[in-house]
Amino acid sequence: MATVRLTVDGITVSVPVGSTILQAATKAGVDIPTLCHHPDQAVKGLCRVCVVEVEKSRTFQTACTYPVAEDMVVRTNTPAIREARRVIVELILSRHPQDCLSCPRNGHCELQALTERLGIRDVRFPRQERALEVDTSTPSLVRDPSKCILCRRCVYTCDEVQGVGALFPAYRGHESAVVPAYEKPLIDVVCALCGQCIHACPVGAITERDDTETVWDALADPTKHVIVQTAPAIRATLGEELGLPPGSLVTGKMVAALRRLGFDRVFDTDFAADLTIMEEGSELIQRLTTNGTLPLITSCSPGWIKFIEHFYPELLPNLSTCKSPQQMFGAVAKTYYAHKSGIDPVNIFVVSIMPCTAKKFEAVRPEMVSSGYRDVDVVLTSREVGRMMRQAGINFEALEEEQYDNPLGLSTGAAAIFGATGGVMEAALRTAYELVTKKELPRLDFEQVRGMARIKEATIDIDGINLKVAVGHGLGNARELLERIKQGTQYHFVEIMACPGGCIGGGGQPIRTTNAVRERRIDAIYEEDRRMAVRKSHENPAIKQIYEEFLGEPLGHKSHELLHTHYTARDRV
Amino acid sequence: MGKRVRMPGNGAPSEGLKRVDPEAIDTIVAAHAGHEGALLPVLREVQEVVGYLPEWALKRVALGLGLSLSRVYGVATFYSLFTTKPKGQYVIRVCESAPCHVQGAQEVINALMRELGVGFGETTPDGRFTLEAVSCLGTCGVAPAVMIGDRVYGNLTPETVLTVLEEYS
Amino acid sequence: MRMFRAHVLVCAGGSCSLKANRAVQERLVSEVEKRGLSDEIKVVETGCFGLCEQGPTVVVYPEGVLYCKVTPDDVPELVDEHLLKGRFVERLLYQEEPAAGGAAAYQKIPEMDFFRGQVRIVLRNCGLIDPESIEEYIGSGGYQALGKALAKMTPAQVVDEVKASGLRGRGGAGFPTGLKWEFASNAKGDVKYIVCNADEGEPGTFKDRLILEGDPHAVLEGMVLTGYAVGARKGYVYIRGEYGLSIERLEQAIHQAREQGFLGSDIFGSGFDFDVEVRVGAGAYVCGEETALLESLEGNRGEPRIKPPYPAQVGLFGKPTVINNVETLANVAPIISNGANWFRGYGTERCPGTKVFTLTGDIVNEGLIEVPMGITLREVIFGIGGGIRGGRQFKMAQTGGTAGGCLSAELLDVPMDYDELSTVGSALGSGALLILDDTHCIVDVAHVFARFFEHESCGKCTPCREGTMRLSEIMARISAGEACQGDLENLEALARTMSMASLCPLGQSAPLPLTSTLKYFRDEFDAHINDKQCPVGTCRSLAHRAALVTTGKEE
Ligand SMILES: Cc1cc2nc3c(=O)[nH]c(=O)nc-3n(C[C@H](O)[C@H](O)[C@H](O)COP(=O)(O)O)c2cc1C
Ligand code: SF4
Ligand code: SF4
Ligand code: SF4
Ligand code: SF4
Ligand code: SF4
Ligand code: SF4
Ligand code: SF4
Ligand code: FES
Ligand code: FES
Ligand code: FES
Repeated sequence: MATVRLTVDGITVSVPVGSTILQAATKAGVDIPTLCHHPDQAVKGLCRVCVVEVEKSRTFQTACTYPVAEDMVVRTNTPAIREARRVIVELILSRHPQDCLSCPRNGHCELQALTERLGIRDVRFPRQERALEVDTSTPSLVRDPSKCILCRRCVYTCDEVQGVGALFPAYRGHESAVVPAYEKPLIDVVCALCGQCIHACPVGAITERDDTETVWDALADPTKHVIVQTAPAIRATLGEELGLPPGSLVTGKMVAALRRLGFDRVFDTDFAADLTIMEEGSELIQRLTTNGTLPLITSCSPGWIKFIEHFYPELLPNLSTCKSPQQMFGAVAKTYYAHKSGIDPVNIFVVSIMPCTAKKFEAVRPEMVSSGYRDVDVVLTSREVGRMMRQAGINFEALEEEQYDNPLGLSTGAAAIFGATGGVMEAALRTAYELVTKKELPRLDFEQVRGMARIKEATIDIDGINLKVAVGHGLGNARELLERIKQGTQYHFVEIMACPGGCIGGGGQPIRTTNAVRERRIDAIYEEDRRMAVRKSHENPAIKQIYEEFLGEPLGHKSHELLHTHYTARDRV
Repeated sequence: MGKRVRMPGNGAPSEGLKRVDPEAIDTIVAAHAGHEGALLPVLREVQEVVGYLPEWALKRVALGLGLSLSRVYGVATFYSLFTTKPKGQYVIRVCESAPCHVQGAQEVINALMRELGVGFGETTPDGRFTLEAVSCLGTCGVAPAVMIGDRVYGNLTPETVLTVLEEYS
Repeated sequence: MRMFRAHVLVCAGGSCSLKANRAVQERLVSEVEKRGLSDEIKVVETGCFGLCEQGPTVVVYPEGVLYCKVTPDDVPELVDEHLLKGRFVERLLYQEEPAAGGAAAYQKIPEMDFFRGQVRIVLRNCGLIDPESIEEYIGSGGYQALGKALAKMTPAQVVDEVKASGLRGRGGAGFPTGLKWEFASNAKGDVKYIVCNADEGEPGTFKDRLILEGDPHAVLEGMVLTGYAVGARKGYVYIRGEYGLSIERLEQAIHQAREQGFLGSDIFGSGFDFDVEVRVGAGAYVCGEETALLESLEGNRGEPRIKPPYPAQVGLFGKPTVINNVETLANVAPIISNGANWFRGYGTERCPGTKVFTLTGDIVNEGLIEVPMGITLREVIFGIGGGIRGGRQFKMAQTGGTAGGCLSAELLDVPMDYDELSTVGSALGSGALLILDDTHCIVDVAHVFARFFEHESCGKCTPCREGTMRLSEIMARISAGEACQGDLENLEALARTMSMASLCPLGQSAPLPLTSTLKYFRDEFDAHINDKQCPVGTCRSLAHRAALVTTGKEE
């Protein structure tokens, strides 16, 4: 590869042609401060915090944008540069509400860290905060535009990564703001509530809605039987929230910590994921054999569901009618489990620990009451439950590992991989193959559908049927897949997850979630799969039991009532 | 923590404005769809027809051009000749730039404000005039200058500007 | 062509048409008709003549007599006296000196001081031909350069000729035009674009409007030549929405040029295709910045792009694009016709040719002039410009518009070209010259400059979005007598940061008018800050305060 040599603060480095100064500086061991820069996004070059001196250049240049050249001389720590960076950050701070102490981003805020790093001890401009209304219109997100520093990272994510376009810069100059059209509340626009903008945002301008108090109240209520389910992705991420490195797998400690918080039973969404595979796998076979609408598209990601309801209502018939595992769990908990344990469902309080902000919205959808009660009472993200554990003074690292309760705690490797992109597909293939062929799968791992590639396609030979499948993650990729489908590409089965990387990269996951971090979490997910004794959903004994004792058969009458749902077309703009 | 107020929002279009057939928007969009960079010409024409750029119209623009509504709104609010809120029948744009300022623009502005009883960005109660401060109109040779609708008036004084206003009453 | 005994040219430039020029023209036609002179005398609407402040202007050829501030009621006298009897109407004659009692002597146009220092290359036809007639443009040599280029020159030769001429961009930055063309012509890709920047928004600038109104074909011919030189087949003119008459004239010119085969496919049978489309802006000064303009053309918010890549490599719709100013393009045809050496005969070594300036403020002849590069401010103000109005004292000149710098009297003899002005901390910019006499408060004017940028910042990058607001706030405090010396320190720190760290030249140049006034008029700032006094008495709250102090009412 062609390289260029340059010096950064006197250190000579060679970097590939086309590198930025920022990349060269990193290689030289010089850490240039940034703010609008995000490792997974195109360069914006607009905050100007990363300015450096480039010899012979009339003005400073932004390290995050400026391409290196042979013999370039870069200085990053001159008095003029230090002054410029400080002035720029002070300009931001002077219009920023300095609520750090009670800000949800306290301790994870890039502006806070930058201020400290630049050694800013006072702000030379008079304080003039933007006093704008906080948007609490959705059950998922809280947007506080007063804290927005106009870096546009959320815009990039919402527009380019998610293909939604709910947020955009409006107005001009110092009046500019990043807002939904006509400053409408998010609930009234096309937002999928995926929460990806939270990960993009360097500050506390977008956060999850905090529902921890409701859960504390339920836990303190002696009349309530409070049960908790943990989504597949949480065991690979909760550790991070509590200070462990990305990719730490903490299943047993998580169960122990949840018991310490006072939950009466600790169950697993993975059980419901296995149930989903039974239903969805059967649905696939049914559609294949009865000339049903194809491709069948997965439906367990509520961010994705809201997206297709807005943008592609014409493809709603392609969606699997299966509820997501979280909602299947809720419906089963307040019927099957209530019956088995002899507890009045009115007193059962179901809490979900989810990677996801959209799940908060899903839980309050009007149709999610098939048990006769609100199927899931409260959804907490991994960040919120981590916060509860800190409040409770739990020393997470020191905990002994514990086991899930039964019967809704038993699951398989197939369920575990739901947390990563391609996982639902792989789990379904493991089951569908064996159900159709009645033969044992020679090899369980479907590597073609794993990983961070944007769109993954594969053709699977199931006893002579060539099953064409595709997997998309991130709504922008989903859009592309749907366009391919509309243009006639023939698939049989398609998995879509709203969040890049799947649920391990969900909007409720620990800050900060980048693609590099996502890769580590995905590794942990497949590690969990390998650890499991049983790795196919239809071999889960608890699943066999629930069909025998309660549901009858997949797609049967009871299943339809409790485990399947319908969708609603929404406004396209 | 500061007082929280709502962003300058776009309320429901006030009654008594001209009625516009929603299909007129689609016709405009259709005439430009497929052309590169169509959004600005479309917004211009929509504003000509509707008088401003209300949400219902921009929704049709967004749908027709395959753009997000937030983007269309972001573009519409960027340019000072576009407005997402209804304005008076005549928009009076007063140049505030230096060449007009040094020739007495402030006195002309004061006279207008006194006469109309409104400040910048406001519309007279009878809905006739909206007063706006703008940058150079490119007619500084006859500073101070004011644009009313699409006509420019120059060499104004506090007295002559009022005579000009009479043309519109 | 019929022969007329006399041509009467009525200015229909934007400034004059604000006045009663339309009525004057109609009256002229009817009076001429009434006297049965329609076959002998032709009444023509022309573009701006340059003396906008004196409009509506009427010129009678062959004598070349200029009448100013003509009203419809003056017309019968003008027709009877001048056109029938050959006697000039003295009271309407253009007067070099503001009437000092004595009768004005008649001067032929070329003899007037106003024109004597001028060299009209760009404005060669302005005020002399009917801008709505392609025949008149052709009649005065129009489209010959295009014919020559297509018939006798390769595209590379056209680029080389312009390179050799030393022509530099007239939009403000002064970038060598030939070099820009060369980049674009070397750029890979078979789709390329030419964009004419007619967004003119710099306060005090109205040259591009008057060129487009007065001689739209000159710009079109320049665009076709540019297209031929770099291998583009499509051109856009991005013109600000407020310029109604320019848009109309240009559209009409494009239509005529298409009909005559100067635009369209296979121009002059050369196999070269080129067409031009007009796109109208929607009110944003920053869209004059070339990359913001491209964003706007693409239908986006007009926010400047990060450079590199430059438009010559990645421009409109991602294709190599040449963006040139109206005035730059109007220079191209004469250069091709007469050659680079001819062009180098005017102006300075490093900035050959002429520059169109627009004179505003306290100067006798407000309006449009074209002079060789390198002329001094003194020659412009006290020669062509007719001096300071009312015989008052010169105080300050701002060159280059609001984004330019301010000069005090010591610098009146600096030659004006791109390089010289930047060495004294100012800029030639768009060619706007704002002249102030001693009745103006520098702090007050500087506050207006600051407000302009606060209003026009696009808001994309932090230093400019927040900095322009703070500059304006600090100026407001100084002007209100509420500032301290610390504010000046903050202003200077901000200025350093903005000029070095802003994303585009808007934010980079926004502090320039403030720092340059501060440099030359520090005492006036100090008076506002330390003594809470406005020496000139413009700053209202201070003037009021001073009055209170003298009457002992303060406290
Ligand atoms: C804020 C700003 C405004 C500008 N406005 C104009 C303008 O109105 N017209 C213009 O021709 N160039 C303007 N320019 C300069 C253009 O960016 C660009 O340099 C020019 O159009 C190139 O053409 P030229 O080389 O022929 O001058 C502006 C630049 C800036 C930074
Ligand atoms: S966003 Fe960051 S800087 Fe702002 S209040 Fe919150 S923690 Fe503090
Ligand atoms: S960091 Fe400073 S401001 Fe914050 S709580 Fe501690 S003492 Fe107070
Ligand atoms: S939640 Fe998702 S769709 Fe909604 S604004 Fe954020 S990124 Fe966009
Ligand atoms: S909301 Fe956050 S990510 Fe979006 S622009 Fe504001 S600060 Fe940046
Ligand atoms: S979609 Fe994600 S969060 Fe929801 S159940 Fe499946 S794996 Fe869990
Ligand atoms: S991918 Fe997972 S985290 Fe993201 S919206 Fe879907 S369910 Fe939620
Ligand atoms: S310098 Fe000003 S105008 Fe230029 S990009 Fe930055 S904010 Fe926009
Ligand atoms: S990080 Fe480089 S400009 Fe923002
Ligand atoms: S400064 Fe007012 S029109 Fe140019
Ligand atoms: S516009 Fe008439 S002389 Fe300038």
